Amino acid sequence: MNVENLIESAIHHSVVEVFSTMLSGNIEAGAVTREHTAPETAEGVISFIGIAGRWSGTGSIACSSAVACRICSEMLMMEATSLNEEVLDAVAELTNMIIGNVKSSLERHLGDLGLSIPTVVFGRNFQTKTGGSIDWMVSKFHWDGQELIVKMCLAPNEKTSQNAAQSLGQTCPVEI
Amino acid sequence: MDSDVLVVDDSAAIRKILQRVLRQTGMAINAIHEAGNGEEALALLKEHKVHLILSDINMPKMDGLQLLASLKASGDWSQVPVVMITTEGGETKVAEAVRLGAAGYVRKPFTADQIKEKLAGILEPALPL
Repeated sequence: MNVENLIESAIHHSVVEVFSTMLSGNIEAGAVTREHTAPETAEGVISFIGIAGRWSGTGSIACSSAVACRICSEMLMMEATSLNEEVLDAVAELTNMIIGNVKSSLERHLGDLGLSIPTVVFGRNFQTKTGGSIDWMVSKFHWDGQELIVKMCLAPNEKTSQNAAQSLGQTCPVEI
Repeated sequence: MDSDVLVVDDSAAIRKILQRVLRQTGMAINAIHEAGNGEEALALLKEHKVHLILSDINMPKMDGLQLLASLKASGDWSQVPVVMITTEGGETKVAEAVRLGAAGYVRKPFTADQIKEKLAGILEPALPL
């Protein structure tokens, strides 16, 4: 199994587990694609967490403002109708749990990884750009018909990895 | 005697969820105190006596493992059970928490029943559940 397959599987399991444990409703996996770093105009909420270690990269979750409010309402059992500090904090924590569990799953194959504190961006007509040239694994999910997008980019850290030649699409050296 | 509990997590959302879950356990609770990181927790412990600490691991300024080490090295708080509640499910972090003296480990995401079960195993019969 290559690293791309590992990430895809880990994201799917993590999203389903987090939603079934902390939230209600039906979460279904949609298309999985690979995207390059071209900036895209976005609106709503995007939460990022950095990943560092032998491999480094970023995990992110994007959703509409309405989905962010629903996440907060269900996690905290309180009604959230507009983007406020509690909504953003709930999205940050959801990201922490989803990407954190992906990280734990990947660590069995890629070695110890560290996570940063989540950063949440919200607004309209904003763009995000990742430094360097790295592909993103994009997994779309449908939560009772509303879209949630989980993205991850991960590459070997040339300074520390003994397998610096590996990339997202190449074979993982560890059997699973 | 009702117990004081300290919840340490940089996420206000998780602190709020744990407050709710703790109230649902049936524990006789006097107060639930909150801190956003290890430094805040140590400052709060100078003012309040607590009987149980639930702590995240990944936090800014002072993380949960550093907090755990400080507590176990202190005379005043070394006997207070500390339960780590974290997304850090890797064997390295779990082993480190156990080595430092954590009373338990719960991985996020968690259910109320998982927290209740873990606390029952740790606190019984010291505290009523």
